[in-house]
Amino acid sequence: MERLRRHPELQAWLILAIPVIFLLIFFMAPLLIVFVYSFLERGKYGGVEWVFTLDNIRRVFDPLYFKTFLRSFYIAIVTTLITLGLGYPLAYFIAKSPPNRRGALLFALMIPFWTNFLIRTYAWLTLLRTHTGLINVTLMNWGLLSKPLPLYGNDFAIILGLVYGWLPVMVLPIYAALERLDESLLEAARDLYASSGKAFWRVTWPLSLPGVVAGSMLVFIPSLGAFVTPAILGGGKSLMIGNIISNQFLGAHDWPFGSALSMVMMIAMLAATLIYFRWTKKSESSL
Amino acid sequence: MSVPARFQSNDRWQQIKSKMGGWSLTTYGILAFAFLYLPILILVIFSFNDARSVSKWAGFTFDWYGKMFKDGQILLSIWNSLFLAIVSTIISTVLGTLAALGLERYRFRGKTAVDSMFYLPVIIPDIAMAIMLLLFFNMSGIGFTPWKVNFFGARLAVPYSVIIGHVAFNTSFVAIVVRARLAQMDRTLEEAASDLYANAWQTFRRVTLPMLMPGIVGGALLAFTLSLDDFVITFFTSGAGFNTLPVRVFGMIKKGVTPKINAVSTLMLAVSLTLVVISILLSRRSGDGDSVQMGF
Repeated sequence: MERLRRHPELQAWLILAIPVIFLLIFFMAPLLIVFVYSFLERGKYGGVEWVFTLDNIRRVFDPLYFKTFLRSFYIAIVTTLITLGLGYPLAYFIAKSPPNRRGALLFALMIPFWTNFLIRTYAWLTLLRTHTGLINVTLMNWGLLSKPLPLYGNDFAIILGLVYGWLPVMVLPIYAALERLDESLLEAARDLYASSGKAFWRVTWPLSLPGVVAGSMLVFIPSLGAFVTPAILGGGKSLMIGNIISNQFLGAHDWPFGSALSMVMMIAMLAATLIYFRWTKKSESSL
Repeated sequence: MSVPARFQSNDRWQQIKSKMGGWSLTTYGILAFAFLYLPILILVIFSFNDARSVSKWAGFTFDWYGKMFKDGQILLSIWNSLFLAIVSTIISTVLGTLAALGLERYRFRGKTAVDSMFYLPVIIPDIAMAIMLLLFFNMSGIGFTPWKVNFFGARLAVPYSVIIGHVAFNTSFVAIVVRARLAQMDRTLEEAASDLYANAWQTFRRVTLPMLMPGIVGGALLAFTLSLDDFVITFFTSGAGFNTLPVRVFGMIKKGVTPKINAVSTLMLAVSLTLVVISILLSRRSGDGDSVQMGF
């Protein structure tokens, strides 16, 4: 007991032992398995043969699959940009509203977010479906359309579902940054005859950048790895990398290839995150 | 003293502009919230539709709710979801709180590595985590062995793999929430306790833990919600034949759209809403900032 008190490092490891061991076994080991499986041959009935190969990695870059990879990137980037475009003014609106109303608005923002993601995606399915969706049915009943709009089973539906799902996550960090913003800086800008537009771009925007970066990452990463949204709104035609990965385990029984795909996805994600952080750092310092 | 006309008109122009700006901002805010709420509202409305359609209104009925509560598979999946959420929340709250204490209060070699390890499950997309765990359970002897248990009269068989999977992602979320609370906490009270000759354990038990409680409860609520909501990790780590409510709903959606799914969704919506209200009330009572309980 006395020795424990004199060695805080020992104390720390005692406290951390159980959670660290748990994560080592049930998180780090599985991560390692995915890594190792990426370099093995597939077994006949699922499973793997312990033979080293680079074929899986090569196949990821086969145009057939790589096209889906690029499309997933495209969908994730467009989703992030639209969410930023919609989320920034919403965060601004909440931050500019009277302090006693802000809590209620944040609460209203979080309710949809705490609602099950699957259900929110399903809600859009009932609205978007081509012949039986509420939007097309209503517009055709009113005689505004002669044939249904292509709202479902394409990239549009997936992007809409993702934007809807992740919008609150974009708003929160931007709001946090805007709320901390020192009003006197804006007053100073106005005193120096800066137009409101100029004051925004030279003061508000740079100071809210950390929130923008955090929000963008929180939207980009799950969008790139999306599985539920394309599975439901893509209508089986429009797929993303998450669906290709899941197919390797549910249908094709090609575990090594599925592992290789998710390895490359995770590395691409990491790379995108690092590039984005560096880029925003640079633009921040150039302002 | 007269102000030059140039500035006067500019001032008025600025006033008009800022007023217009305020109006358009408010309009935008209303539209944005409409965008967030309309789909959910329509979903709820059509759970009361007296027809199989979810796009043409045919009158009011509670039938779909009746059908939902008579569906044995749905009921079983509700029990599965609840049991899974309770068990994984208890385990991950203990593990996450320990992790938060160790990481926030101590300095030691290799801390950066341990730190990053605890952030990884939050960052990694759930599909990647799901297949990682699937391969792991397949390879290790654990497999998809179920824990057979009688839960309020319902006979459940919950695979250990699913419980462990939920704990694996929840622990990190709990750790983040509890750490945020720890970082905000005033340490002078703890110092006062040890000045009054309380030993380390007494200080922890009587001072640190009570002050930390709002963070722990917030973390537990977040874990409970995440566990109830999870579809992807459950779907991949359960093997065949085990359904939580979201997994069941996914299966139903794949078979076709009916107001019964809307009814189940409305039930899930009501549960999440209750949980949000509880967490808000708790954070109010502890006089805490709302950001911690929100989870992000």
